[in-house]
Amino acid sequence: MLLLALDTATPAVTVALHDGTDVVASSSQVDARRHGELLLPAVDRVLGAAGTGLDAVTGIVVGTGPGPYTGLRVGLMTADTFGAALGVPVHGVCTLDGLAFAADIDGPFVVATDARRKEVYWARYADSRTRLTGPAVDRPADIAEQVAGVPAVGAGALLYPDAFPDVHGPEHVSAAALASLAAERLARGEELEAPRPLYLRRPDAQVPKNYKVVTPR
Amino acid sequence: MADLRDEPLVLGIETSCDETGVGIVRGTTLLADAVASSVDEHARFGGVVPEVASRAHLEAMVPTIRRALKEAGVSAKDLDGVAVTAGPGLAGALLVGVSAAKAYAYALGKPLYGVNHLASHICVDQLEHGPLPEPTMALLVSGGHSSLLLSTDITSDVRPMGATIDDAAGEAFDKIARVLNLGFPGGPVIDRYAKEGDPGAISFPRGLTGPRDPAYDFSFSGLKTAVARWIEAKRAAGEEVPVRDVAASFQEAVVDVLTRKAVRACKDEGVDHLMIGGGVAANSRLRALAQERCEAAGIRLRVPRPKLCTDNGAMVAALGAEMVARGRSASAWDLSADSSLPVTEPHVPAPEDAAAHGHAHSHDHVHETSKENLYS
Ligand SMILES: [Zn+2]
Repeated sequence: MLLLALDTATPAVTVALHDGTDVVASSSQVDARRHGELLLPAVDRVLGAAGTGLDAVTGIVVGTGPGPYTGLRVGLMTADTFGAALGVPVHGVCTLDGLAFAADIDGPFVVATDARRKEVYWARYADSRTRLTGPAVDRPADIAEQVAGVPAVGAGALLYPDAFPDVHGPEHVSAAALASLAAERLARGEELEAPRPLYLRRPDAQVPKNYKVVTPR
Repeated sequence: MADLRDEPLVLGIETSCDETGVGIVRGTTLLADAVASSVDEHARFGGVVPEVASRAHLEAMVPTIRRALKEAGVSAKDLDGVAVTAGPGLAGALLVGVSAAKAYAYALGKPLYGVNHLASHICVDQLEHGPLPEPTMALLVSGGHSSLLLSTDITSDVRPMGATIDDAAGEAFDKIARVLNLGFPGGPVIDRYAKEGDPGAISFPRGLTGPRDPAYDFSFSGLKTAVARWIEAKRAAGEEVPVRDVAASFQEAVVDVLTRKAVRACKDEGVDHLMIGGGVAANSRLRALAQERCEAAGIRLRVPRPKLCTDNGAMVAALGAEMVARGRSASAWDLSADSSLPVTEPHVPAPEDAAAHGHAHSHDHVHETSKENLYS
C-alpha cells in the first residue's frame, strides 16, 4: 500500500506519503492565500524525498474540510484528478478528524478551525478516533456552553480563548495524520468517506431585487 | 502532405466562468468538445454567481474529462500536453480548472500550458477555418469581454486595439433582457425577439462614436440606461412596451458599433480579414451585419460556429496545440490562476523561461484571492 494524502482545507497546505505502516515523507506549509501554487510542487517534493513517483501510489487520501471553499477545492480537485488519471481510489477524511487523530487525547474534547466571518468549524470527539457530533459551523459564543469543560484542539480554538480556554495539541492539520488515520481505517476494513467537500454553508448568492429603476423621480 | 499523427494531441480545460469545458484537438483538428454548464443554476440570480460556478466545476470536471476522451477516441497516455485557462476570469472558478490541469498533466507526465482565455477565443477559429492568417484582427464579444485585438502570432503577440470602458456587450444584453423580464441569459432571447422587430423603430445612442472618441473602444453603459429609460417612460405612460422593436433596436445599436469599429480597425491596420469570437458572436444580427460590412470593405470574415464561440475546452486545447507546435515553453507546477491575466500574455511560461525570452511578468497583484473579476 502506498497512500498519497493531501489537505488544503485550512491555511496549511500539507502532503504526505504513507506505506501502510509509516509516514514515508511529508511536507506542510502554512499560507492561506497560495494553496493553488503550493500544492503540486509539494506533491513533487514529497514523492522526490521518498524516491518514488506518482504511478507507484495505490490510493489517494484527501481532507474534505470543512474549510474556506476556494482553498478546499484545490485539494479535492487535485485528488479527484489524480485518482482519475492513475485509476486508483480516492478516499475522503474529514479534516477535523485528522486534527483529532494528531491530538492523541484519550478523553472527550473538541476540534475547532477558523471558518472566518467570526465563526468556527467544529466537531466533538469521544477520543482521538471517535467523532461524536459535527462537523458544524457556529459562532464561538453560541457554542461556548456546549464546549465548556473539555480541551480544544486547532487554530479555531486558539482564536477564541473565551469559548475555548483550554487549548491542546497541534494548531494545524497534517497530511501525515490524515494518512495514518486513513491507513488505520483501511487496515480495519472500514469504508472511508467519499471525497466530497464539506462546505456546511450555502453559496453566497444574492438574488437581484426587481430591477432597479434608473429614471430619476 | 504531413501525417496528421505528427500534429500535437492536446487536451484543454476551461473553467473561467460557468462552463466546465474539456476539449481535445490534434493540431488544428477538433476531436472532442465536452461542456458541462451551470447556467441554469445561475438563471434565478440573473447573473453568474461565482461560488455556484466553482462548486459546479469541481463536480463536473472528472466526468467531463472522461466524456472528452471517449468522444475523441484517444488515450490520455498519447497526449502531448495539457492546456488550461490560467486567466482572465473568475478567480475561484479558474483555480478549479488550474488545479485539475496540473494534477492531470503531472499524473500523466505531460507538459502543462497555462494559456490566456482571450487568445484561446481567437485561436479556436483554427478548428473551423484552418490556420489563422497572420496578422489576425479579432473582435471578442461576450458577457465578460468586449475587445478588439490584433495578433501577429497567437502564441506570442496579442495587442489590444480597444476594449469596453464599462459593460461588456453580453452584459448589456443580460441587463436589457432583465428590464424586459425576458430572463437570463439575455443574448439568445433578445436575438429571438429582435428577429420579429424593427431595428429602426427606436433610435438608441451609439456609444463612443463621436469624432473625438477613441476609435476602437466601446461603451454600452449609456445605451443600457437609454433603453431602460425609454421602457420606463412607456410603462409610466401606461402604454404597452413593444418588446420586439425594443429588442431589435437595442441589438442594432450594439452590433452597429461593434462591426463599424472592427471594420475600421481592419482598414486602418491594413488587415484584410476579421475574426469574431465570444458568446455574442452567436448573435444572428451581429453575424449578418459583420458579413455585409466586411464584404463591402473587401474584408474576409471568419466566425466559428456558435458552440465554438461560447466558452469551451476546445479553444484552450487549440491554443495549447499551437504552443506545442511552435515550441513554446511549458508552465511551472506553481502556475497561478490569474483573474486579471493581461491579454498581452497568451500563455504563462515557467519563470526561468520567461526571463530567457525577455518577457518576465511585471504585473503585480494578488492572484487567487482577488475580488476583482470580469463578470461582476
Ligand atoms: Zn470567454
